[in-house]
Amino acid sequence: MESTIVKAINYNAYFGDNHVCKNVNIEIPRNTTIAVMGPSGCGKTTFLRGINRMHELIPNATAKGQIMLNNEDVMEMHPIFVRLKIGMVFQRPNPFPNLSIYDNVIAGYKLNGIKLPKAEKDKIVEESLTRVALWKEVKDSLTKKGSFLSGGQQQRLCIARAVAMEPEVLLFDEPTSALDPISTSTVEELFHELKKNYTLIIVTHNMQQAARVSDKTAFFYMGELVEYDDTKQMFTNPSDIRTQNYITGRFS
Amino acid sequence: MSSTIDNNLITRPEQNLGRVISSITAPVSKVTTTKRLKRSYRHIRAENVFRRTLVIVGLATIVLVLGILLTLVVQSMLSIKASGLSYVWGHVWDPVRDIFGAYPFMLGTLLTSFLALIISIPFSFAVGVFLGEYHPQGWFSNLLKNTVELIAAVPSVIYGFWGLAVLVPIVRSFESKIGVDPVGLGIFTSSLILAIMIIPYAASLGRSMIQMVPSNLKEAAYSLGATRWEVIRSVVFPYTRSGLFAGVLLSLGRALGETMAVTMVIGNTSLIPKSIFSPGNTMASVIANEFTEADHPVYLSALIELGLVLFVVTVIINMIGKRLIKGFTN
Repeated sequence: MESTIVKAINYNAYFGDNHVCKNVNIEIPRNTTIAVMGPSGCGKTTFLRGINRMHELIPNATAKGQIMLNNEDVMEMHPIFVRLKIGMVFQRPNPFPNLSIYDNVIAGYKLNGIKLPKAEKDKIVEESLTRVALWKEVKDSLTKKGSFLSGGQQQRLCIARAVAMEPEVLLFDEPTSALDPISTSTVEELFHELKKNYTLIIVTHNMQQAARVSDKTAFFYMGELVEYDDTKQMFTNPSDIRTQNYITGRFS
Repeated sequence: MSSTIDNNLITRPEQNLGRVISSITAPVSKVTTTKRLKRSYRHIRAENVFRRTLVIVGLATIVLVLGILLTLVVQSMLSIKASGLSYVWGHVWDPVRDIFGAYPFMLGTLLTSFLALIISIPFSFAVGVFLGEYHPQGWFSNLLKNTVELIAAVPSVIYGFWGLAVLVPIVRSFESKIGVDPVGLGIFTSSLILAIMIIPYAASLGRSMIQMVPSNLKEAAYSLGATRWEVIRSVVFPYTRSGLFAGVLLSLGRALGETMAVTMVIGNTSLIPKSIFSPGNTMASVIANEFTEADHPVYLSALIELGLVLFVVTVIINMIGKRLIKGFTN
């Protein structure tokens, strides 16, 4: 098995005339955690949403270049298949309010019209919730609505929902920015566990978080990928002056 | 000392305004302060007059509607006493013999309205989903939106004309093909006209409800590999269910009361309709048709009682609809 799983080649993204991602080239190895950081409006979220083709859902949004998933260009694939292979977790926890916790976890199967026997569904729900360390907390209230959970639990439920589809890559768009510090650290601990089975790409506003959880870090500035290196290297000895300015807090 | 000033300020604000202003803007000449005082005093009086006018006009509106209801009740008393409950289920409407059974018209109203709802729902939902979710912007969407709104603005007598000139011949030839009496006028034709007329109500409410679905829920579904239709079915519809239902109810309220266009194409007979292709009458069309012919008090009162029934039914349906919308937007 090849070690690179996601590879962007000259990726450009636009909102109308606004050029948000400029010629991004990046190679992401399998089973690693990548942090994508940068100041607001630097194109990091747009890049993330480009990987599973969520970017193009916004009116006027266009993209050029290639994003390879296992050497297959996602721009050539049907977006539905791309999104089944690349899961996503959003900034705000967004469980479906009309569904129970159980149904939220298997929502992906329901949405895609995949019918599974009850035993298999039970297994998927238990496994997915266990992977996000939520099973013990909710196993007795699986029929309750997902919106009854706390913010941190809701976010882990959303991760479970993405994990349940057995994707290869998980995208996180500032997953802890709406959570309290304790929930944040629970979710961060999860990243270390999830890395064993998935490749994680985490957009974060929080440099400490990037330093804590990631193997490699990408720094975006003004739509460009300025620097991409091992996290340790990047935070101790950045090669670009803009990276240095950012991590030393000269701008944010 | 200071407390008395404060009390004065609260109880007699006009008189102390000068002091308040001068205490806020300390170094002003006496002349400007007096000028300001006069100006502010005038403004306070104007504000009071304005507020009272609003209250009076608002009250007048409520009184008017209650007055209409009261008039209907008072004027129907004669008929209510004469016919009693047989008014509701009596199958014969014969003004000459003073027999007033409104059942055929209630049936006619229900048939035309529900048939119209069934025909119009696919169109109004399609328009609502298209404008709310698929293409909220663009020239075609604007054209569609404006056209649908125009449907509500066209006077109903024009629909009646169009129905007579275009729909009736089409329905007539259709009826002769399927082997029923080729009248052309009737319940079915009225329902078709009504269906067109009520599209805007459910469509525009549906559109605004669908646009209110939080985008993060839709994105969650898209990120799990859902297609657009799956997102609409599993996220948009469950989330907007009560709002969409309210739109349907408001359309129903409109259909129940629609008079002119229906009167022109329904065929105007007091017999109980045998099928949806029979001619008939609705409560509204009977009132419009026979009001000028009502030559004795009981007849007139019977027609007004029809109006009362229609009034109460549409008010209830509108109230349920509004309640649902309110529950949804909260």
